[in-house]
Amino acid sequence: MHHLGNFSLMAVVVLTAYGALASFLGGRRRSAALVTSARRALIAAAGFSALSVASLLALFLADDFRFEYVASYSTSALPVAYKISALWAGNDGSLLLWTFLMLGFAATAVAVRRRDELIPQVTTTLSLAVLFFAWLNLTVCNPFGQLAEITAAGPIPFVPADGNGLNPLLQHPIMAIHPPVLYIGYVGFVVPFAFCIAALWTRRLDAAWTRNTRRWTLVAWFFLGSGILLGGRWAYVELGWGGYWGWDPVENAALMPWLTGTAFLHSVMIQERKGMLKVWNAALVIATYLLAVFGTFLTRSGIVSSVHAFASSDFAWRFMAFIVVAAAVSAALLISRLKDLRSENELDSVVSRESGFLFNNLLLLAACFAVLWGTLFPVLSEAVQGEQITVGAPFFNRVNVPLGLALLLMTGVGPLLAWRRSSLDSLRRNFVLPGAVGIATFLACLAFGMRHPYALVCFGLSGFVVTTIATEFHRGVRARRAHRGGSYTGALADLFRRNSRRYGGYVVHLGIVVLFIGFAGNAFNRDVIADLNPGENTRIGPWSITLQDIPAGETPVYEWLGAQLLLSKHEEPVGIYQPRRQFDRATGQATSEVRRHATFREDIYLVFSGMTEDGRATIHVYRNPLVRWVWIGGFIMFLGTLLTLLPDRRRRTASRGRLPALAAPAT
Amino acid sequence: MGLLRPKFLLGGGLFALALIGLLLTGFEEGAAYYQTVGELREMGARAEGRRLRVAGDVVPGTIASEGEGRVRFHIEHEGARLAVLYTGREPLPDTLVDRAQAVAEGRLLADGSFEADHVQAKCASKYDAAYDGAAGDGASPTRPPATPARQATDGP
Repeated sequence: MHHLGNFSLMAVVVLTAYGALASFLGGRRRSAALVTSARRALIAAAGFSALSVASLLALFLADDFRFEYVASYSTSALPVAYKISALWAGNDGSLLLWTFLMLGFAATAVAVRRRDELIPQVTTTLSLAVLFFAWLNLTVCNPFGQLAEITAAGPIPFVPADGNGLNPLLQHPIMAIHPPVLYIGYVGFVVPFAFCIAALWTRRLDAAWTRNTRRWTLVAWFFLGSGILLGGRWAYVELGWGGYWGWDPVENAALMPWLTGTAFLHSVMIQERKGMLKVWNAALVIATYLLAVFGTFLTRSGIVSSVHAFASSDFAWRFMAFIVVAAAVSAALLISRLKDLRSENELDSVVSRESGFLFNNLLLLAACFAVLWGTLFPVLSEAVQGEQITVGAPFFNRVNVPLGLALLLMTGVGPLLAWRRSSLDSLRRNFVLPGAVGIATFLACLAFGMRHPYALVCFGLSGFVVTTIATEFHRGVRARRAHRGGSYTGALADLFRRNSRRYGGYVVHLGIVVLFIGFAGNAFNRDVIADLNPGENTRIGPWSITLQDIPAGETPVYEWLGAQLLLSKHEEPVGIYQPRRQFDRATGQATSEVRRHATFREDIYLVFSGMTEDGRATIHVYRNPLVRWVWIGGFIMFLGTLLTLLPDRRRRTASRGRLPALAAPAT
Repeated sequence: MGLLRPKFLLGGGLFALALIGLLLTGFEEGAAYYQTVGELREMGARAEGRRLRVAGDVVPGTIASEGEGRVRFHIEHEGARLAVLYTGREPLPDTLVDRAQAVAEGRLLADGSFEADHVQAKCASKYDAAYDGAAGDGASPTRPPATPARQATDGP
């Protein structure tokens, strides 16, 4: 099986190398046959990549502990679902999955857009990008390596009786799907990147490449965002520290390309509409792809999380070299094409939709820069000063909370601004109602005793933004009905059908508002730690938690100790919860199994932290207001993105008129 | 070019200033010096009062709970040893066990002990530990297991 895996990896390397060369020559010599053959090589490579993943999967399912990778992350007692997810529990296997997913995107792109005039150069770029990872997978990060014991007589094969086991924290349904979802997000940006490079390369720098990659960008952005949220959800329910985001380098690594990707999704609209910001958009797509690769590098190398991991990691410099070369080539290409990227229009007014988008971009990039700066500061300070200085959550919050609130404001302001120039009159007309609702929300929160400044601003802005979105919908529906008649809901559905991008976008914005309401809840988090004997209780606000019993038990995989807690609110019993401590047999690791009483208003989050020496149970209770809205906001964003992906009737008819030009053969 | 008009320059300048201000104040609040126990000892008096992150391995048998979430333990690195008192609000990570690689964040007290409000810990790999004992000099016959894709145990 490992022979098949290794052979498949070799085939991927050979095919992508061929694909790069053939498409390059095909583009040069205008040979359609060569380009087609290169495209097919890339599609075949995807098949072989799938085969290599399947081989590793087979080794996991067969408990073949001759293989170091299988022995490191699985045991025979592991449930089948986690044997599958153990495939991406470590560096080598997850890189195999990464290569496969990237090839999946690349192959689909060259298959679907085969008639695109940029396809030769797109194929070259995609092939080269995949080639690097496949080569890395085959040589430095090969998951098909076997264990050996070094003896005086030389290395002899070594087969452990059982595997090391999967980290119990990773044995969770969310953690099984979070990495692939996140990876799809990371690798998906390779498609817009390839189209951008191809457009620069061939100097076909109108908005065609952005229009044609819009869906790809949206899909990648959507998976990246979902992956981030799933990760947060996993941290919340599994890690037992009461939160979902800790500005960990690994989290930051995923957030950065999401921020630049979000900026691109907005600024690209200016390019399509006004032919402006071409350099900016190209730079954003390149930056997003490079940050995605850099993000996975950051996660894998441990360069930031541990003191000296960088030197020991033998694939780190190759990864870094790839990023540097890709960045240098992209930058050189961009600079050499500056003349062709001249703006077709000028910014007319500070108060216009264009400026709004520009400011939104500035905010997103500032946030990205702050996150990058904070994440890399330990490495930079060590290089410059010789002392490693880390910046923690206070730094990230101090910088990003105001930036986030400003972004929230722009979510509401942007749609109210007219393209080109907003007249004072239209501003007044558009802003009166949302502004009034925002201020009223702010004052109402103040009246109810809320004093936290950021939370007050956040709720006020939420009121403002929700009103602007509602107004936009109402206006659209009214215009639609004036034009075509029909019911209110029918007209509403029609809005989505006719302009899915705009109204789907508003739904995503609504999700953002709900997400921010959830974030604002953090300002009011409270917690209490208590050492309890059975029968004793502790309080937090109106809630009372009574320890009833300390049961114990075991399963084939772990032993556990529980704290049976009676939760009451205003002395009325609400339920019995049993947070546990589990001791994994395979890894010897202890984990906390958290229990939550989740409502729309707040979560009561119960952790059994352990036993004191005199036999009392240490119970940690968190009262986290509004957390549920974070997940709800994420779900609304999910729905909104799906809506924006709907075929846009208006756009389709428009592009049909353009079709002959697009369909002209590239050769 | 439209973007170079005074209004835009002024706005961009103000924005940049605000961002720099945020970065600087955030840095003052959040910065911590990252060192091993040995490096901390070398710093001497300079270390006092600064926010520090100190890395070392948990000395077996030294983890002792004082109740209400307060926990004492010792960490060591290359012979230097540090007594840590954890007083933070978050529960200690489950991975804080004997011989785990730990990072304690907090301040050095005048008596030379360390008060931490945040602790991260990562288990030494099971295979590494087993082979370390067998091989004596710590040389592992295999490559060390690769870094997990997400260093879950590193916790936020």
